[in-house]
Amino acid sequence: MAVTQLVGSKIHRREDPRLITGHGHYIDDFTRQGTAYAAFVRSPLAHARIKSIDVTDASKAPGVTGVYTARDFKSLLAGTHPAAPAFVAEKKFVPERFPIAEKEVCYQGEIVAAVLAETKAQAADAAGLIQVEYDELPAVMDLEKALEKNSPKSHTDGPDNVCWDFTYTGPDITEAAFKEADVVVKERILQNRLAPVPMEPRGVLAEFEGFDKKLTIWMSSQNPHFIRLFVSGAMGLKESQVRVISPDVGGGFGSKISPYPEDYLVPTLSRLAERPVKWIETRTESIQNATHGRGQFYDCEVAAKKDGTLLGMRVVQYLDVGAYHGTFGAFQPVACLMAGGAYKWKGISARTVGVLTNRVPTDPYRGAGRPEATHLVERMVDLVALELKMDPVDIRRKNFIQPKDFPFTQSFGLVVDSGDYDKALDKALEHAGYAELRKKQAELRKQGRYMGIGFSTWIELCGFGPSAATAPATGGIALVESAQVRVTPTGSVLVYTGTHSHGQGHETTFPQIVADQLGVPYESVELRHGDTAEGTAFGYGTYGSRSLAVGGVAISRAVGKVIDKSKKLAAHMLEAAEEDVVFEHGAFHVKGSPDKSKAFGEVAFASYGMSLPEGMEQGLEAVAYFDPPNLVWPFGTHIAVVEIDAETGTPLITKYVAVDDCGNIINPMIVDGQIHGGIVQAIGQALYEEVVYDDDSGQLKTGTMIDYMLPSANEIPTMIIDKTITPSPTNELGVKGIGEAGTIAASAAVINAICDALSPLGIKHVDMPATPDRLWKMMKEARQ
Amino acid sequence: MIPAAFEYARASSVDEASKLLSKFGEDAKVLAGGHSLIPLMRLRLAQPTALVDINGIQELDHITERGGKLHVGALTRHVTIQNSSVVQEKLPLLAEVAGEVGDNQVRNMGTMGGVIAHADSAGDYPTLAVILDAEIVTNKRTIPAKDFFKDLFTTALGPDEVVTEVVFPVANGPHKYVKFRRRLFDWAIVGVAAQKLNGGWRIGLTNVGPTPVRATAVEKALHDGATPEDASQHASDGLDPAGDLRASPEYKKHLARVLTKRAIQQAQGQ
Repeated sequence: MAVTQLVGSKIHRREDPRLITGHGHYIDDFTRQGTAYAAFVRSPLAHARIKSIDVTDASKAPGVTGVYTARDFKSLLAGTHPAAPAFVAEKKFVPERFPIAEKEVCYQGEIVAAVLAETKAQAADAAGLIQVEYDELPAVMDLEKALEKNSPKSHTDGPDNVCWDFTYTGPDITEAAFKEADVVVKERILQNRLAPVPMEPRGVLAEFEGFDKKLTIWMSSQNPHFIRLFVSGAMGLKESQVRVISPDVGGGFGSKISPYPEDYLVPTLSRLAERPVKWIETRTESIQNATHGRGQFYDCEVAAKKDGTLLGMRVVQYLDVGAYHGTFGAFQPVACLMAGGAYKWKGISARTVGVLTNRVPTDPYRGAGRPEATHLVERMVDLVALELKMDPVDIRRKNFIQPKDFPFTQSFGLVVDSGDYDKALDKALEHAGYAELRKKQAELRKQGRYMGIGFSTWIELCGFGPSAATAPATGGIALVESAQVRVTPTGSVLVYTGTHSHGQGHETTFPQIVADQLGVPYESVELRHGDTAEGTAFGYGTYGSRSLAVGGVAISRAVGKVIDKSKKLAAHMLEAAEEDVVFEHGAFHVKGSPDKSKAFGEVAFASYGMSLPEGMEQGLEAVAYFDPPNLVWPFGTHIAVVEIDAETGTPLITKYVAVDDCGNIINPMIVDGQIHGGIVQAIGQALYEEVVYDDDSGQLKTGTMIDYMLPSANEIPTMIIDKTITPSPTNELGVKGIGEAGTIAASAAVINAICDALSPLGIKHVDMPATPDRLWKMMKEARQ
Repeated sequence: MIPAAFEYARASSVDEASKLLSKFGEDAKVLAGGHSLIPLMRLRLAQPTALVDINGIQELDHITERGGKLHVGALTRHVTIQNSSVVQEKLPLLAEVAGEVGDNQVRNMGTMGGVIAHADSAGDYPTLAVILDAEIVTNKRTIPAKDFFKDLFTTALGPDEVVTEVVFPVANGPHKYVKFRRRLFDWAIVGVAAQKLNGGWRIGLTNVGPTPVRATAVEKALHDGATPEDASQHASDGLDPAGDLRASPEYKKHLARVLTKRAIQQAQGQ
């Protein structure tokens, strides 16, 4: 244990000085000698047959070194774009996907040709000269219409538009619950399609060395080792021939997990052109082609007793898969498994339907299924409360899983590890001044004003994950995490993690843990990640709020192994029995003789010398892979207070309280930052954002930052952030995850507040985004 | 994205700018602040063959009051207009509007001449120019505002004509600009300008049509003694706004009425 406690301290991020002064290393900062620049020609149509591609003019354009179409890649790429089972064990139809279209394009943006030129501008100009003739086909845009018998097909050679139709638990599970119900509440709840919009768009720089057949890829990714696995396989290379380097990554939010067409094409272009190839997408390409989030609707019924006891829920999730199955696109159905929220139910019947359309695929986006689950259950609970004229706080308390119930096996057999939901709720109510708020609401209502209070008592599951659950979900690779800790002769501690920060601050927080555990100066610990040539054989990446709960524990265990070896060596150096040696404050001493000690650094140096105990090898390093026994289950309460302008319908968040519990905290400043960011993204979904396509033509209408409406800091209220701490019993650090929590919680709080504000008008449900125009229309109709 | 190739020249005088525009032909564009033009070029929605940069023509950056008129040079930046004590005293409505254009970066670069010449229907200055009967002075002539704005992005300017200044009347009576948008830095979804001038009200609407709309029916109703509430009902008379992602035509007409009422009430409250 260290003298000064780093874990729990608000240490400023080590990454920040370089990132905010222009010394970061993002993909576009890298250059290789002889690089050619790639530009892609993309289908402007959502669905069409390709009649012809004329590259004559493009081939002759200034600076162009090559123009490529599908047939140039056919012999060099195979088995791209795997579709992981994730949470849907059986699929009905998974369209085949090749990174570049040959006969049919199925989403606007699908690549049909590539150009290489000496400069970026020349590549862009030449791409504009490629002439593609299309035969337009009907675009499948609407989920319900897509499921109708004679619907046009998203892929002309597919049987229909059903990617999957999977029932987790049938309606029989809830038959009894619905029979004994006093009230049944039914609603359809929409989840607007969202673009992740990371600050740094995607990019790939690839250098294929033909002589040695070695490939180096620099790219903006959340999981470099998976990219190495997928790309090497598809290119017919061994994993050992491929190195993936993901340096500073400017945000991902889930959109940089799955392999993209460009991830296969750019390295292959380098192979074809025999020079390095670089491609950085534009913002419009990013909004159009990076995988989208959400894009679902839910039909849900809840049965309850008149005293507010929740009995059963029946839910069907309709999910817009897009034109192709995103590699982890079947992750979002976890929303069904989490539809019960923080409550005890007699039973939940759940089914998920994945619908193919002619849009870019959906894939995990911050929260990946858990925001949808929270939004669903928190809306439904409010609807039940409204029906029963019950306070939304009271109905929640009545149905919470109680502290004494943990570990609690929920409706789908998942084991919730720990929680104290009332405690977080109490704290949030206090911060919000709930009784005063209701008084104020009553007064404002008398004045004809619309004020609402909305709750989200969220829980979630994260820290993916236990091998038993995750290996089948990925198709064989358990999502454990690896760490390697190396101590050099002069005491530098190098920590290699298989996670990969893309904004999470791991370079700060992981050294906090290690420095405390080893009792060494914080500055002597360096974190390394993102380069498959360093560290362990495999790393699993950062997503699903897993880095600390899985990666951090792996690091701690690797450090533990280092301490074990050091202790043996220290005992040898102190001429004492190992069981008589104590490790404390960064030094080993003999029990009862604290002055007889060896500092960790001394032991480290000695480990490279000659006087080692019998059978001990030189060196001081260790590898650990941590397979968590369970997921982890953070929770909390968010409260939003909203006023809606009676004349313009404009919603304004006047107060926002978040009390969240992620177990033990490494760096409170970073946790607060994660919560702020997560809440903002949820407010974005609730009030501003939507990827909009023309219903008939499938044209993307929100292709720029003007039209895809991200809220700015000006639009976000000052948030009141607090916490409770319920350590997780699942790992020895007692930690959970918090990266997605804000996004999981907040949309329900905001929409519940809007519905509460409008309830005097008889409005029960509002869908996202709740724009002024939409609210005004609803209010106008309600008043008539 | 990357703009299409273009030629570039820097003018050091208005005369030189005009000659350069003639030389490059009608697909050349004037570059001042660039914060409307450059985004369009990067999306390749605009592909000028040449840019004539007028940022060096210092004599176009000025604010002067003489003879009851406020002369604002074409190159005057929004931030200058916003902070000018002359404008705050002589035409405070203009200072208010300048302070609400875009964000800090846009206000530091964007210019009066640019907004007027670009004639985006969501631009705020054109509405002021129309309701105040401003005059747009070019290197060739003086054009009354009501004859200047022809259509969306279309003005009376000829191919080698450069705006040199905009001349407003002095007006420091009750005034208010209500700019309705989702985000602080957005264009107006609908904007309403209200200015009391010479005993009567001038009311103008931004972004309810391809060019600014002077709400003459509202002005008349107010003249006839109607309350702001009643007068503002006429704000949507004759309007046929296009719908877009931000607002349906119906909502824009509703906003026109509500915001007109608020603009007049808030102006009166001063």
